[in-house]
Amino acid sequence: MIGMSRQFMLSSILFVFVLLVLVPLAVNMSGRQDLFYTLTSVALLAIASGGVWLTFYIGRINIGQGAFSLLGGYVSAILMVHYGVSFWLALPIAGIACSIVSVLIGLPILRLRGVYFAMTSLVLTQVMQLLALALPITNGAKGMVSIPLPGALTLFGVTLIPDFATIGNLKQAFYFLAVVLMIACYAGLYRLTRSRLGAICVSLQQNEELSASIGINIAAMRVLAYAVSSFLGGIGGAIFVAISQSIYPSSFTVTDSVNFMLNCFLGGLGYVFGPMLGTLVLYFGWDLLYRTADYQLLIFSSILIALMLVLPNGLLSLRLKALAKGGHYG
Amino acid sequence: MEQALANGVYLGAQYALIALGLTLVFALMNVLNFAHGQMFVLGGFVTYTVYGQLKLPYWIALVASALTLAIVGALFEKFLFRTVLKRSSRDESTMLLAAGTAFFLDAVILLIFGEKQRGVPKIVNGILDLDVVIMPYDRLLIGALAIVMIVAFILFMQFSKPGRAMRALAQDRTAAQLMGVEVERYSMIGFALGAMLAGLAGGLLVAITGVNSGIGGPISIKAFMMVMIGGAGVISGAILGGFILGMVEALLLSVLHSYGDITYLVIFASLMVFLSIRPQGLVGKPWG
Repeated sequence: MIGMSRQFMLSSILFVFVLLVLVPLAVNMSGRQDLFYTLTSVALLAIASGGVWLTFYIGRINIGQGAFSLLGGYVSAILMVHYGVSFWLALPIAGIACSIVSVLIGLPILRLRGVYFAMTSLVLTQVMQLLALALPITNGAKGMVSIPLPGALTLFGVTLIPDFATIGNLKQAFYFLAVVLMIACYAGLYRLTRSRLGAICVSLQQNEELSASIGINIAAMRVLAYAVSSFLGGIGGAIFVAISQSIYPSSFTVTDSVNFMLNCFLGGLGYVFGPMLGTLVLYFGWDLLYRTADYQLLIFSSILIALMLVLPNGLLSLRLKALAKGGHYG
Repeated sequence: MEQALANGVYLGAQYALIALGLTLVFALMNVLNFAHGQMFVLGGFVTYTVYGQLKLPYWIALVASALTLAIVGALFEKFLFRTVLKRSSRDESTMLLAAGTAFFLDAVILLIFGEKQRGVPKIVNGILDLDVVIMPYDRLLIGALAIVMIVAFILFMQFSKPGRAMRALAQDRTAAQLMGVEVERYSMIGFALGAMLAGLAGGLLVAITGVNSGIGGPISIKAFMMVMIGGAGVISGAILGGFILGMVEALLLSVLHSYGDITYLVIFASLMVFLSIRPQGLVGKPWG
């Protein structure tokens, strides 16, 4: 791979090893199976946040990822419940459906910039939620429940993934599913930032007119980036549906869209792995503060504000160079 | 239909007042104040406390709301936004800060005032009945007050020295600074003024619909929409956007109510279509 130092290789292998071997071991030893569920949520939210990060990468503030998570969730839920499609097929279809919708929506709205795009994407979340409430196929506010667990995945008669209903440790199974997808997602994003495409994305972020003037089809590029971003949002939403076995119009709201964006900010917009760290810190930070009950939101928001004052460019601006320096912003 | 129009004008005046504060802060500092709705709610609760609980006259309550929010706004600008704007390498960082302050205000409001819906006694009794239009007197009074405040704000921005300084800042920060405008001072005044407008709007609306701690977020989103319709950072745009949204909401609610709860779906969807055709809003500068 291009520009991949030995040090980076080592640390990423170590990272994958920790996620796939050490963390499950530690959780199993501690006997707190609920931690699997928490970590799975973090992984899923990190996937969706990774998508938001990509839109930041082309210079758009995206507060609309909740819309695509909701859409992906509903697409996979409807496919599984009404059409009996297997989860393993419904998952990519949900992602692709989100990409297609995002291309249609993105063509007009990606012409907007700055707060204009940000606000439009925020409105998009609202539209999607209201659509889920209004359309007959989504079952309105009652939502869709008792969605089947992922079945077995077989290829040429070989069972690659066993039926989730027969797995003893369901929480751990979902953990592996989400973490593997998260690793794939961030590996892809990292590769993207190191490719020619990534350089083009940065040029869009810095000066669209200039990159258009040297012959880059900026309209196509930003729609492409947005489609990938929405694909990730849809995937995140679809797995969420498989885990909770239900989806409601309120499953992903404006708050979630804002949180996806905050994850990116918190981790640092200049770093590919920023959203992953941001999601982890934000999610666990919120959970840890649960004990403070009434003061949870107060303490949480104060810390958020303080972090902004001390580290306005994100947590990773603390210069964890080896692991984190993925992007190349100035 | 006439009734819907009358409701629209009343609603529009409230909305315009909310949107004005948001657009002012945006024009001056390029900050999208996520906490605007929460400031509105805080203003509502201050009025509720002073007028509803302490039984002081309504105008004192309004002044208290305005002062409280002006102070909050000034402090936010001086200690938070100014610092982050200086240190951050990207403008968008202020969005995280603004979201943080929104959460913070939400938490403070929840802790101090609780989560119950609060209302105040009617400020005036009686109903104006014109056959085609029926309007309670208190709504008329509140609507009129809102319009008076909007006019006062426009006059202030047009003719006073701070108003001129702030308009200069909004046009070109560097040029304004070169002309001897104290940028930091007027940024703070502008932020305080924007917050104050939100507080006043909250104080006005609590007299009609009451207030509860959960409405901050939705109010912010509505305010964003109004600003988008008119064009961000333009005063006339905010007023236009406010009245248009108020009008559309009132009309659609009366026309569409037989089709179920799709009013807001229609509004949001048409806003997206509108923005993709005219991104800068009705009167905004392109890429303002």
